[in-house]
Amino acid sequence: MTLDLVAYGAFFLTMALTYAIICLGLNVQWGMTGLFNVGIAAFVAVGAYTSAILTTPETPDRFGGFDLPIAIGWLGAAVVSGALSWGVGALTIRLRADYLAIATFGVAVTVQLCMLNLQPLTGGAFGIGFIPRPFAQLQADALLFSLANCGLLMLVIAGLYLGLQHVAKSPWGRVLRAIREDETAAQALGKRPIRFRLQAFTLGGAIMGLAGAAQAHFIGFIAPDNYMPILTFQVWAMLIVGGSGNNRGAIAGAILVWGLWALTAAAVSAFVPPEDQAQAAALQIVAIGVGLCLMLLLRPRGLFGEVSPLARLRNTLPLSAKE
Amino acid sequence: MNPQFLMDGLIAGAIIGLGAIGVTLTYSILRFSNFAHGELLSWGAYLALGISGALGFLAAGLKQPIGPFSFGWSLPIAAVLAIILTGLLALAVDAALFSSFRRRGSAIIIMVMASFGASLALRSLLEFFFTSKPAYFTQALQIAMKLGGGLRATPDQLAMLVVALVSVIAVHLVMTRTDIGRAMRAVSENPSLAGIAGIDVRRVIRTVWFLGAALACIAGMMSGLIIQIRPYLGHDLLLPLFAAAILGGIGSVPGAMIAGLIIGLCEAFTVQIIGAEWRSAVSFAILIAVLLVRPRGLFGKAS
Repeated sequence: MTLDLVAYGAFFLTMALTYAIICLGLNVQWGMTGLFNVGIAAFVAVGAYTSAILTTPETPDRFGGFDLPIAIGWLGAAVVSGALSWGVGALTIRLRADYLAIATFGVAVTVQLCMLNLQPLTGGAFGIGFIPRPFAQLQADALLFSLANCGLLMLVIAGLYLGLQHVAKSPWGRVLRAIREDETAAQALGKRPIRFRLQAFTLGGAIMGLAGAAQAHFIGFIAPDNYMPILTFQVWAMLIVGGSGNNRGAIAGAILVWGLWALTAAAVSAFVPPEDQAQAAALQIVAIGVGLCLMLLLRPRGLFGEVSPLARLRNTLPLSAKE
Repeated sequence: MNPQFLMDGLIAGAIIGLGAIGVTLTYSILRFSNFAHGELLSWGAYLALGISGALGFLAAGLKQPIGPFSFGWSLPIAAVLAIILTGLLALAVDAALFSSFRRRGSAIIIMVMASFGASLALRSLLEFFFTSKPAYFTQALQIAMKLGGGLRATPDQLAMLVVALVSVIAVHLVMTRTDIGRAMRAVSENPSLAGIAGIDVRRVIRTVWFLGAALACIAGMMSGLIIQIRPYLGHDLLLPLFAAAILGGIGSVPGAMIAGLIIGLCEAFTVQIIGAEWRSAVSFAILIAVLLVRPRGLFGKAS
């Protein structure tokens, strides 16, 4: 019984950690740079499909199935998602702030269509199965298998976390924050906001692609249904709850929100009669939407959010200098 | 090629255009892209459905089809009430959410994000109340009339085109000929200057919400009458709405309508040439093309 519980705990944590990776990617885009991405699901999906196509065994009725090692699949996922982000960013970042949001929304719709309709590439509505799972040789022992997967993702997260913390402190990260806080001042110092924003958007997209690949290989099966707009909402809720601008907050928010989501979903399926479950699930989503708005209204910097350096400065200044 | 796609495109385009006017007005006056605007279309359609159902229940005579149309008097009466209620809904969302961001002077992008959360909540509420099963205003079947030139349209479709045309002309007249319209244009040029000049900016903002929501409600009811009513009705139209608002040029009412018609026609054309499954990609392609070639749109002012 306890072993089952541990195995379930490891499974749950692994899923939460894949969301944490997406959240870290979003944090680079939103938290560090202030770029609003409404198409997270698309970038995650592109990563997942890229890795699946690269690593699955050959399939007669579908392009791809190159049977490459998983690591190459993950790398490819990051590269392709990063390239897509670069393209979208290059097109819209120089325009008004909301155009990027609208364009990423369009990307989400279009990627969803491509997943459904480009059957020879994506397998259509049925998706792609038989995606090789890391530590497949351990699959006979459920506990060991979940723990190994969980450990692998923890390593990935730790690596990303250290890397991103380093990036945030590096000159590049400082420029990003400077641009986010005061674009004109940064420009006056000779930094080109567009270029730095584009780099950050690409990096964030690549991390989301990696997360998609990790998730796909953990579940072993992907279909267009996994990448509905609700995924984008969940990740946003995670980052806002955890606190944008803070990598630890991003990870904590992912685990917390995913935990709440999984718990309420379990409660819905346990206590609500089957005929009302669709309605209960809808209420669950209403709660996320309202929660997101409340968080923005009441505690915009989230649980562990970064205090804006300018605001910190303002608070330490004498009263007369505040205005 | 069957010219019928022109008719389908015009009708889809009228729906998109009406919705896009609301998007373009909120964008130019409140200065953020409202991701919850699609939900106003869905709410409008469901409110009309609920009211017309209740009216039909109270007085069965109201359900009798009027002349050649598939709906009875219950629908036009419900439409008027639904337009008012959708307007009030938009005002309520603004009061609960966006006004406090405005007061605080939050970044635009925070408002965009809040609108995103609001759209999620509003849409799922509809799913909660009405389930995701499609609903219809009437079950009556209509025979399409021949219009000549190989075109056919049902009386409902023609009526909707007329309604759309009248609404657009009305909004255009309000914007160009009335005091409140002038005030709206002034606020969109420069809110603080307009405020100094004695324009009640909050009244302008309320008018924008109400007008946008009223048009959204009309568009939602049109879509519901001609196709079907679903909780995702507005969400699925959101990308065409944004594409039309940007193609027409932010702030331009005639631009939004013309761009809506262009997008509707392009969608119908794509359905003929490539296939219905790629319909939703058309707006994205148009959006990308506009952003590449002419980011200020057809009738927009250079920023």
